[in-house]
Amino acid sequence: MLAHLPILQVILPLMAAPSCLLIRKSTLVWLFTLAVSFAALVVSVLLLQQVYAVGPIRYQLGGWDAPWGIEYRIDLLNAWVLFIVTALSTVVLTTAHTSIQRELEANRQTVFYTLYLLCFAGLLGIVATGDAFNVFVFLEISSLSTYALIALGKDRRALWAAYQYLIMGTIGATFILIGIGFLYMMTGTLNMADLAGRIPSLSESTTVLAAFAFIFVGICLKLALFPLHLWLPNAYSCAPSIVTAFLAATATKVALYLLLRFTFTVFGVDFSLSHLPLDILLISLGLVGVFAASTVAIYQTNIKRMFAFSSVAQVGYMVVGIGIGTVTALQATLLHLFNHALMKGGLFLALAGLVYQLGGCRIEHFRGLGRSMPWTMAAIVVGGLSLIGMPLTVGFVSKWYLISAAIEQQFWGVAVLVLLGSLLAVAYIWKLVEAAYFQAPADDTRAEAPLGILLPAWLLIAANIYFGIDTRLPVEVTAAASQFLLGDAAQ
Amino acid sequence: MLLTSHYNYWVVIALMMIGLYMVIAQGNLVKKIIGLNIFQTSVFIFYISVGKVDGGHAPILTEGESLYSNPLPHVLILTAIVVGIATTALALALTIRIKRAYGSIEERDIQAAEELQERASSQMYARTPARKEQ
Amino acid sequence: MNESSLLQLALLIPLLALAGIQLTARRENVREAVSLIAASALFFTVTQLYQPMLDGQTIAVHWLDILPGLALAFRVEPLGLMFALVASFLWIITTLYAIGYMRGHGEENQTRFFSLFAVSIGAVMGIAFAENLFTLFVFYEVLTLCTYPLVTHAGTDKARQGGRTYLGILLGTSVGFFLLAIIATWLLAGTLSFQPGGIFAADTSAVLLSVLLVLFVFGVGKAAIMPFHRWLPAAMVAPTPVSALLHAVAVVKAGVFVVLKICLLIFGIDTLQSIPATNWLLYLAGASILLASIIALRQQNLKKRLAYSTVSQLGYITLGALLATSAGMTGSALHIVMHAFGKITLFFCAGAILVAAHKTEVHELRGLGRQMPVTMTAFLVASLCIIGIPPTGGTWSKWYLMLGTFESGQWVLMVLLMISSLLSIAYLLPIPLQAFFGGRQPLETEVGSPTAIREAPLPSVIALTVTAAGCVYLLLYPDVFYRLITAGI
Repeated sequence: MLAHLPILQVILPLMAAPSCLLIRKSTLVWLFTLAVSFAALVVSVLLLQQVYAVGPIRYQLGGWDAPWGIEYRIDLLNAWVLFIVTALSTVVLTTAHTSIQRELEANRQTVFYTLYLLCFAGLLGIVATGDAFNVFVFLEISSLSTYALIALGKDRRALWAAYQYLIMGTIGATFILIGIGFLYMMTGTLNMADLAGRIPSLSESTTVLAAFAFIFVGICLKLALFPLHLWLPNAYSCAPSIVTAFLAATATKVALYLLLRFTFTVFGVDFSLSHLPLDILLISLGLVGVFAASTVAIYQTNIKRMFAFSSVAQVGYMVVGIGIGTVTALQATLLHLFNHALMKGGLFLALAGLVYQLGGCRIEHFRGLGRSMPWTMAAIVVGGLSLIGMPLTVGFVSKWYLISAAIEQQFWGVAVLVLLGSLLAVAYIWKLVEAAYFQAPADDTRAEAPLGILLPAWLLIAANIYFGIDTRLPVEVTAAASQFLLGDAAQ
Repeated sequence: MLLTSHYNYWVVIALMMIGLYMVIAQGNLVKKIIGLNIFQTSVFIFYISVGKVDGGHAPILTEGESLYSNPLPHVLILTAIVVGIATTALALALTIRIKRAYGSIEERDIQAAEELQERASSQMYARTPARKEQ
Repeated sequence: MNESSLLQLALLIPLLALAGIQLTARRENVREAVSLIAASALFFTVTQLYQPMLDGQTIAVHWLDILPGLALAFRVEPLGLMFALVASFLWIITTLYAIGYMRGHGEENQTRFFSLFAVSIGAVMGIAFAENLFTLFVFYEVLTLCTYPLVTHAGTDKARQGGRTYLGILLGTSVGFFLLAIIATWLLAGTLSFQPGGIFAADTSAVLLSVLLVLFVFGVGKAAIMPFHRWLPAAMVAPTPVSALLHAVAVVKAGVFVVLKICLLIFGIDTLQSIPATNWLLYLAGASILLASIIALRQQNLKKRLAYSTVSQLGYITLGALLATSAGMTGSALHIVMHAFGKITLFFCAGAILVAAHKTEVHELRGLGRQMPVTMTAFLVASLCIIGIPPTGGTWSKWYLMLGTFESGQWVLMVLLMISSLLSIAYLLPIPLQAFFGGRQPLETEVGSPTAIREAPLPSVIALTVTAAGCVYLLLYPDVFYRLITAGI
């Protein structure tokens, strides 16, 4: 059993997805999905422990040896991301039952869980696999189910958002496919480790450069790096609240993982950051993204959209870390991967509570929220403080590392700009605080959000504070992971 | 020289550009999907043409043949085609739902309707002014 | 009970107070009693640390490591203890005053008010006893965040605007400059712990150190160095007890205390003297002192005038810290204490005048001395303390500051200090003098008439009398603090 953990991680949700269609009752489907997600979480924890103790795990699918067969390779980086994805998914799912009662019709709910599990399986597959084409397959599995999940939103805008995301996402995925094709053409292999071994000798070839460019652009589109982020605000704001919470916490993280994997493991540090001017490109695009997205966020009236733009900004920070490329910088990126998942997961779940009670998520719905829904608002305030980077929250930890990394490399300008970006976050978070505590509710006071949504939201928010104080787990794992990534990429 | 010996790549590039152009420039949703399909097809052709080995036999084990074309790209492309079909199916389903919801499948009509709706809802909220505390 | 547990207790009492206040929210008298008992307990605990500290004992507490090498740790050192003594003593007094004020003025949300008071004092204790810059920064930010609801207590539009300026400037400076300086110091020096003589290696580049000093001085927005002083007058929308807390007990004192500690224990006197930026910042502080005094002269609103006076006085403290001589720093530390007592009395008086007579502008106070003699006498005494004339303790701090400028040959600054003292006479002294000798209040408010103006509520009057008496007491017995300061510098 233990030997098959890597494939179990993906197979469990993948097999469970169509099984959902056999179960009729909405509550049973929910419990089943929750059980599967929890099982996946257990698997990922076991994998993390194993990798931490023993080192990278390799699993041959069907017994076929790599590089001819498909190989699943779990090292510290994947294990960490797997853990984040499964943990966030489990917490988000605990609220799903309550939240979708008011956001989806009864006959759509089984379909929702099916799609959710497919998306979940797809994301896990992207992270777990060690084969480049397998990445494309799972990428498309997760993307297609994401498009469908977004289209389940109440508003007709959800359909349009899903369509636009479909077009852009497919182009992105196809770019990745082209890149993989180029790589296959030049090296004859699809196995990531094998590619890593063969690419250095080919680093002068324009085909390999083109491959890198295509893969990079494709991933950046999925990552919503400025200026390829246009699909994200609409998709996040129109989707059902639970879908937004899940996507915000996991989808961009997986795309970031892909970027890290291809940049550092497959192509190697020398090729990616020194041979190409990728460091300057990543830092510049990241910083521009931070400022552009944060500024636009300040003027949004739909709060989900505001936090969607905030996510684009946070992705910018993560990318700056990759651009700087040192061990500290990479550690900052990996920490922010975890921290942002906690922050946005908690915030969007709190917003789900808001939507449940008030039916909408505009700034007008926030009036007087401090009185009518004190716990929900408190969760949003704490999440917001974490987003700004106040000490004792998780956001502070990743900011600290990112700025240390910038100063270590004498990039004073970058450090200053990162801090200025945090101040922009103060502006849009404080809009919410002022609306909630300084204005009377627009209509008669409603009750607090239901416990089914409030408790998991607070779990994530409390995790924000807990991991902001007891940082041992994230810091140790990410330190080891970033050392590993930069140390020996190819094995 | 380059034109004739690398004609497969030229075809791929041509189709890719046509497909991308259609996606970006066409306003009709179905035409966008067609463009996307052409774009994806160009990639399929790319993979398959790369797999062809000069003088190679079809990749089926036959007595007396030693040089075979590469079968792996075909496998990959079969997967990709299936993905492409699923994508097209989903996109068409979305288009039907959009037609039902918006009454049109032209991009500018939809965007105009969106703008109208956004303006209406912000006016609706502006009409209920916030009461200041105390 | 050994000293480390005393230190722990000092840090935890405010949190226990918070819990107590929340639990007794419905029963107001019990709730107020909780505040007072907690404040007294805190003061008592802090005083118990005095003698052991002077005897040379190391009293330290380590909570936990947040990041590798960065710990939340606390240690009692002389300047910190001085600040903690002042803050805890004044907490008792301010609570007493606040009880009178809040009830007399009919304020809402009193539980929230007293709870946040407790939290801010807790944050101040954290700042006072912080063993390293990291701990200091954590509690510094906590202080900003927990005083925001106090500043915007009224909940009106004006309060919101004031709150925005307050938060914007304080968070802007702390995140933009202070944090940057802290991380850079961490990377440069390898440690963030406060050490006598500074933590930088002898060969660190003077340019880099200059940049860091500038970042630190501007980064500590609570010290209200121009041009980042605007939050102080903006925060005047707060109820007067909050202004008193802000100006005398917690926020600004924390700011200048941080500046003093950084100058003394992160840079060290020798390093400070050797880097070029110190001079520039000295002139900036001097300019801040002068400009703020001039602006104060032109203010008619009493609280605004007091606010700009604070900006000016904080400049004195920063100046003293940057002079980098032992006299200068002694004067700086002494002034933290003297200004605390003086300013808090002034604000108590301003609040008393507001509650009892409903007056806010300076020109409305002519002849008020007849109806509110205790208040105006206290105002007079406190003004003398701020100006720095006997019979108040402010004499000592001014003396040391002047001595400091003399010792370091800063003649321009010496002249500037003297001009500024004259200006402070001009903007402070006329108020009590006019109140006693400058005319009469409208007849309906005369003593004896039914709509007479009476003295403020008793708790408030007691409070301001105590602090005014403190001003005089400190002239005669500054020893308690003086011994601490000389031990620290």
